[in-house]
Amino acid sequence: MRNLIDIMELSTTEIDELIAVAQDIIANPDKYREACKYKKLATLFFEPSTRTRLSFETAMLDLGGKVIGFSDAKSSSSSKGESVADTVTVVGCYADIIAMRHPKEGAPLVATRHAGIPVINAGDGGHNHPTQTLADLLTIWREKGHFDNLTIGLCGDLKFGRTVHSLMAAMSRYKGVKFVLISPDELKVPEYVIRDYVTPNGIEYKEVRSLDEVMGELDVLYMTRVQQERFFNEADYLRLRDTYILTPEKMKNAKDDCIVMHPLPRVNEISVKVDEDPRACYFKQVKNGKFMRMALILKLLEVEV
Amino acid sequence: MIIGQIKDGIVLDHITAGRGMEIYNILGLDKLDCTVAMIKNADSEKMGKKDIIKIAQTMDLDLDILGYIDPGITVNIICDGKRAKREKLRLPQTIKDIICCKNPRCITSCEQELEQEFRLVNEETQTYRCVYCDSEVSRG
Repeated sequence: MRNLIDIMELSTTEIDELIAVAQDIIANPDKYREACKYKKLATLFFEPSTRTRLSFETAMLDLGGKVIGFSDAKSSSSSKGESVADTVTVVGCYADIIAMRHPKEGAPLVATRHAGIPVINAGDGGHNHPTQTLADLLTIWREKGHFDNLTIGLCGDLKFGRTVHSLMAAMSRYKGVKFVLISPDELKVPEYVIRDYVTPNGIEYKEVRSLDEVMGELDVLYMTRVQQERFFNEADYLRLRDTYILTPEKMKNAKDDCIVMHPLPRVNEISVKVDEDPRACYFKQVKNGKFMRMALILKLLEVEV
Repeated sequence: MIIGQIKDGIVLDHITAGRGMEIYNILGLDKLDCTVAMIKNADSEKMGKKDIIKIAQTMDLDLDILGYIDPGITVNIICDGKRAKREKLRLPQTIKDIICCKNPRCITSCEQELEQEFRLVNEETQTYRCVYCDSEVSRG
């Protein structure tokens, strides 16, 4: 039985397979409409996340399956002090697959040891969020047609941004990829991401503080939000929040085929005026996320279509 | 100083000088009824100074704990006054319930009955990583 806790559990071949299935779902949605009939997805969201939960639930409904679960720890037994292990043991008696979000890092891993059914990590604190990375990868694939030889700019909060770390880990496995890391000194990529993924794969990277000076080099610009919930100190948050804001003026210096991505939600780091730019792909990422989650559910449930 | 040989038991040799008492306590040697000798700062050709522990009975040792605390230790099993077995310790690949994760965001911080589990990621720097949250702890 397989689970998905960390994006690096999937080989590049498996990612290619998931992309192929997602592309087929996009082209032939009717073919998949009853693929998971009589199957149940449990969405166990111990902290609120409307976007990711709705994406998982829509993915299962579009496969003909059903959905059970909760969207807040207050409405689960964990508010009475129940352990993750006990909660998922019970849920494992009802459902066929679990998508779990939890504020504590490692909670989905604990779930894999007790559930008896596949568990998908839908985000654990600032740690992993593999299905966001699957959405990012499908977006890059659909917009660029390849992963090799891309110069990828990552901008904003590169320290606490789990989507940044997972995307860098996943993209480090492709030839000729270059990373341009754009952030203030306080929010630089953690050293372990460079040490574990970038350096061993011989990937070129540079760290800069100005977005303007590198805009013209990028094939992909991945913007991130400076997240208030990751700071212990509000003064630091307010000081760094507005460091990088993408505007139509800045986009003038970007390549014609540069794509702009963002895991959403955004606050003010991308001006709404950029939404009209055909290079803005962040709402496409949302759609792609659902298709990749559908492909992943099929894979983990071992459903052949 | 002369400390006699033991007939049947265990000699923990090449303990880093100063760590002997830590190992004595962790192994619970104070609870044994047999003779236990704890030798501090013995002269050593290789190490300059070293600690040695002699236990005059055989017992089950958790080599993972010993290997984590001091991977240079040599464990000698003595039978009939002769060395029957010699084991050189190494850092264990996985350690369970020996150290605690200090990351306040880790699931182990709020579910205290969970096993504390760490995996060795770098032997040179003696770095272990929490299997739940990936936080690193270095002994080096």
